[in-house]
Amino acid sequence: MAQHLTAEQTPLVADLSQPAPDSRLADVRVGVVTFPGTLDDRDAARAVEIAGGTAVPLWYADTDLQGVDAVILPGGFSYGDYLRAGAIARFAPLMDRIVDAASADGGMPVLGICNGFQVLTEAHLLPGSMIKNERLKFLCRDQGLRVENADTAWTGRFAQGQEIVVPLKNQDGQYVADRRALDELEAEHRVVFRYAGGNPNGSRNDIAGITNARGNVVGLMPHPEHAVEPGFGADLSGSGAVGMREGTDGLDVFVSVLEHLTR
Amino acid sequence: MARIVVDVMPKPEILDPQGKAIANELPRIGLSSFTEVRQGRRFELTVDGEATEQVLAQAREAAEKLLSNPVIEDVVNVSALPEEH
Repeated sequence: MAQHLTAEQTPLVADLSQPAPDSRLADVRVGVVTFPGTLDDRDAARAVEIAGGTAVPLWYADTDLQGVDAVILPGGFSYGDYLRAGAIARFAPLMDRIVDAASADGGMPVLGICNGFQVLTEAHLLPGSMIKNERLKFLCRDQGLRVENADTAWTGRFAQGQEIVVPLKNQDGQYVADRRALDELEAEHRVVFRYAGGNPNGSRNDIAGITNARGNVVGLMPHPEHAVEPGFGADLSGSGAVGMREGTDGLDVFVSVLEHLTR
Repeated sequence: MARIVVDVMPKPEILDPQGKAIANELPRIGLSSFTEVRQGRRFELTVDGEATEQVLAQAREAAEKLLSNPVIEDVVNVSALPEEH
């Protein structure tokens, strides 16, 4: 017999029907863009809400950013990865507005995750590009990362050098750029996340995520939005005892931008 | 009706994991002469009328702006196909 339990009887880790504890954070509106073929928009919106902010769904074909304070380009396979990952999404009407807002005086924070990172490189907001993983495998695993830059709009909550674990899942995840672009990224400390415990896909300089010169635009291949709830996120304990981290290492990415925007 | 061909190849300095996988497979089917394989893409753009210089210029623009990513790829050919009779 099916039982209908109330919310009190099934305590959710994050009860989204309740107002966020910090109303200042709840006032921050973070847009999450859906392209045709986007998969992780709901997860990204949920991560924003669990962090205490307000998620605003944005549709790729619209031309209005609806007054959001920040934008997330989530993961998935926009336009089926046809041509190159992110190559067609880059020309979506909303992308022009996002590029303008990211480049304007205020420097709106923009986060590209996985396919969103690929869109940001195709849109020239971030340098380099992604090609197929070194061993041509679609990788899906819990991945260790080292936070190399805790000064961006999306990483202020982390400590420099902190190691975190979040899921990684992609086929075109090998970050490449020419020597000059790589040297520039390193010299300007614009590598934000580096793979820790082994390079999974052949990315140059073990790069998992980078930022622009102003630190408002960040792109990374792994998925912090999949590691925001205790018991459901990534963890390196594997089949052994459940680790202490409980898989919420990604949450601080989203809390960081809320705090950045309420400073 | 005319057709314009655009060929795009991965830059020489960029590793081509797909080409490498193909190169590894060839000896297994008994074709052992090849030391390297690189995989690119070919596009065929069709226009009404002839492949004028203006149309070719547009094809070159398409090749640079959309069909290739200059960070990882080179446009190695933009040319009109000979007309079929």
